[in-house]
Amino acid sequence: MSKPEAVKEPSMEMQKAMIARNYDAITSKHETGRKVSSTFVPGNLNELLMCFDIVNNLPEINAIQAGMRKASGGYIMEAEKSGHSEDVCTYVKADIGQMSKGNIAPNGKPYPNPDVLMLSYTGCYTFMKWFELLREEYKCPTLMLHVPYEGDGHSTKNMRDYIVKQLKEVVIPGLEQVSGVKFDIDRLRQYLRNSAKAEDNLVWCLEQGKVKPSPIDAYFGGVYYIGPIFTAFRGTEDAVSYYEMLRKEVQGRIENHQGPLTPEGTYFNDQKYRLIVEGPPNWTNFREFWKMFYDEGAIVVASSYTKVGGLYDQGFRHDPDNPLESLADYCLGCYTNLNLPTRVDLLAKYVEEYEADGLLINSIKSCNSFSAGQLMIMKEVERRTGRPGAFIETDLVDPRYFSAANVKNRLESYFQMIEQKRRGGGSKTVAA
Amino acid sequence: MSGKNKSVADIMAVCQEMFEDLNFTYARKWKDAKPGRKVIGFLPVYSPIEMIHAAGCLPLGIFGGGDQMEVIHGDAYYQSYICRIPRSTIELGVTNRLDFVDGMIFPFVCDVIRNLSGIWKLMFPNVWSKFFDTPQNYDKSIGGTYYIQELHELKEGLETLTGRKISDADIQRSIGLYNENRRLIREVYAFRAKQPWLAPTSEVYVLMRAGLMMDVEEHNQMLKDYMAAAANEDRPKRDNVRISIYGSFCEQPPLNLIKSIEMAGCYVVDDDYSLNNRFLMVDVPTTGNPLEALAMTYLENSVETSCKYVPDGKVKGQFHVDAVKACGAEGVIYATPSFCDPALLDRPMVCNKLSEAGIPYIAFKYAENSGQMQPIREQAGTFADSIKLWS
Repeated sequence: MSKPEAVKEPSMEMQKAMIARNYDAITSKHETGRKVSSTFVPGNLNELLMCFDIVNNLPEINAIQAGMRKASGGYIMEAEKSGHSEDVCTYVKADIGQMSKGNIAPNGKPYPNPDVLMLSYTGCYTFMKWFELLREEYKCPTLMLHVPYEGDGHSTKNMRDYIVKQLKEVVIPGLEQVSGVKFDIDRLRQYLRNSAKAEDNLVWCLEQGKVKPSPIDAYFGGVYYIGPIFTAFRGTEDAVSYYEMLRKEVQGRIENHQGPLTPEGTYFNDQKYRLIVEGPPNWTNFREFWKMFYDEGAIVVASSYTKVGGLYDQGFRHDPDNPLESLADYCLGCYTNLNLPTRVDLLAKYVEEYEADGLLINSIKSCNSFSAGQLMIMKEVERRTGRPGAFIETDLVDPRYFSAANVKNRLESYFQMIEQKRRGGGSKTVAA
Repeated sequence: MSGKNKSVADIMAVCQEMFEDLNFTYARKWKDAKPGRKVIGFLPVYSPIEMIHAAGCLPLGIFGGGDQMEVIHGDAYYQSYICRIPRSTIELGVTNRLDFVDGMIFPFVCDVIRNLSGIWKLMFPNVWSKFFDTPQNYDKSIGGTYYIQELHELKEGLETLTGRKISDADIQRSIGLYNENRRLIREVYAFRAKQPWLAPTSEVYVLMRAGLMMDVEEHNQMLKDYMAAAANEDRPKRDNVRISIYGSFCEQPPLNLIKSIEMAGCYVVDDDYSLNNRFLMVDVPTTGNPLEALAMTYLENSVETSCKYVPDGKVKGQFHVDAVKACGAEGVIYATPSFCDPALLDRPMVCNKLSEAGIPYIAFKYAENSGQMQPIREQAGTFADSIKLWS
């Protein structure tokens, strides 16, 4: 028997319709004549692509969609059969495997070949190889925007100048050539104005995790909250409207002392544990994974995954007065482009500011950008905050690496540890 | 002492000792020999070691712990699906084997090494460390401008660490010494490609590794000595096949793996082991602005390897095909460390290009502490046989 349909909030329904429209725009490119780009979530240049009327397709999101529809496992096996290693990023293999299975979009129509691969190389080396692999397949132009890593914990003028120069001399001329549309900086400014408005409301919503009971789940709910701003909608009027709607929903729950809505349609009010979560979620068993949390009364009040496409809560806003510099700062400041000490600072700050019981890390098997060194992050955050950390391992879209029993066991042990800590016992913190 | 008086065995004894010495005795002695000397560690794949040398410091290549060190503490920092080199590098750190190292450079390699640079900052906050990012844009005015400024910042960091200014003349002198080093290394490689039975890779490899841990002038002499001595060795030419090894640029295989491949009937005539001191393929100009000289040589004449972007898809992998042809290899072993994202993602593209060029290949994975060599020997042996029979 199939699972009952998940209950969705109005903002989720609105987002679903936006995503469907974007998939229709992508798959109808031959009828409309619009150009299509493929690009990545972190450091994406959505506003800039919109200046050239280019539709934005995101292979990471397509892999997530495949994961949630239980199709990614087959795609990954297909890619591995054709010579891709079992060790590498499963988003890449889901994307490549999907090609050999007809490359069908969630609307049932085939993805057209992209006209340009917009390689925003932010915070993940795999992106670079992924687009080299796609370039072999699609034989279309690839525009590389190299974003240096903030290895010393801050960006420099040199890094910013380098990005702006690439935008001016490589990316914009390249997009003009692909699209046949001349770049208009005032158009970009208008989109950036929209972005900043939406970003203000997103930040307001995310910060409500500080309220008790929390009206949001900043991880499982959070992936919906960040959807439009991180993907093909930042800069659009739709995104502005979406975040206004989301803000009203969250405000309504605060007024009613309600927690977020679970997929089962109940308000999650009985919140026993407040967690900070580091790392992306598992997508193949997303609902099952989420249930493990709310069944135990664990609400996520802040997460790093909701910062992967920009750290808006730390003050960054797209700036129409400095458009290209603002795009550069955005790319530099995406979460996985920050070095580990900065990530530790941020997570420890979240634990304190959101009055969390501790930090839970979901370490992703095939995502080194996020995961390499997370045990160190956990130890450091525990040391600084005195609150316990825990570590679970799953994967993004490879169902072979989601072990429900293991994850559940570890979570239960972690919650016991938090209880023990609350009772004043077990002064030492150890990983679950 | 000239090469006339040094045998291959003498030279190899020195190299082997350095290779196995996880207490880095040579570097410790070098540092203690004069007050104020400093040692700067660097990880594979490429760091501008001329800059370290120009600052009066010893560049010390850190290649993990190899197969001799048990990793106990390092596993507490990295989860299960991560390659081994960061774990064993941490192990070197927490067991105080690197307690004399004054600075660390973590070059662009991959997300794991990138994150390791942050771990190092957290674990050893009093040790100067730098993540050194090289451009993926190879346009002189874009990537070049960025890279020159990065080199400036590296120079300033080294100056603060040592308390002495680095002049252009200092850098030019170092470039000159490393130009000679690179020329001699190219000669050793050419010598090996021509007469691989006289220069087995199990020797050449430790010779190159030693060079990344010692004074460059001393290594230059050692390279000359080796070539002179190896040319005089009485070693039989076997009916081996000539192969190139790619994919091994970061975490290095155990020496026994290299020996196993050779024992299986392969002469390794090209490889990408410990790339750093041959990353730049030509002499760097010793006149003009030295930072610009280093930057431009990097942009225009550095090797193609998995941590670099190839802007033109049509030529992706052609570098390897050309290298195979240049050294006269009959096949390629694409050998990568387990969980090595850059190499494993590159593998299908490079291997497709090899196929198109009619070059046979096999692929396998290893770890720096791999102990079971029988499957490697069988695979390499079968590959060698297939080349002999069918190519």
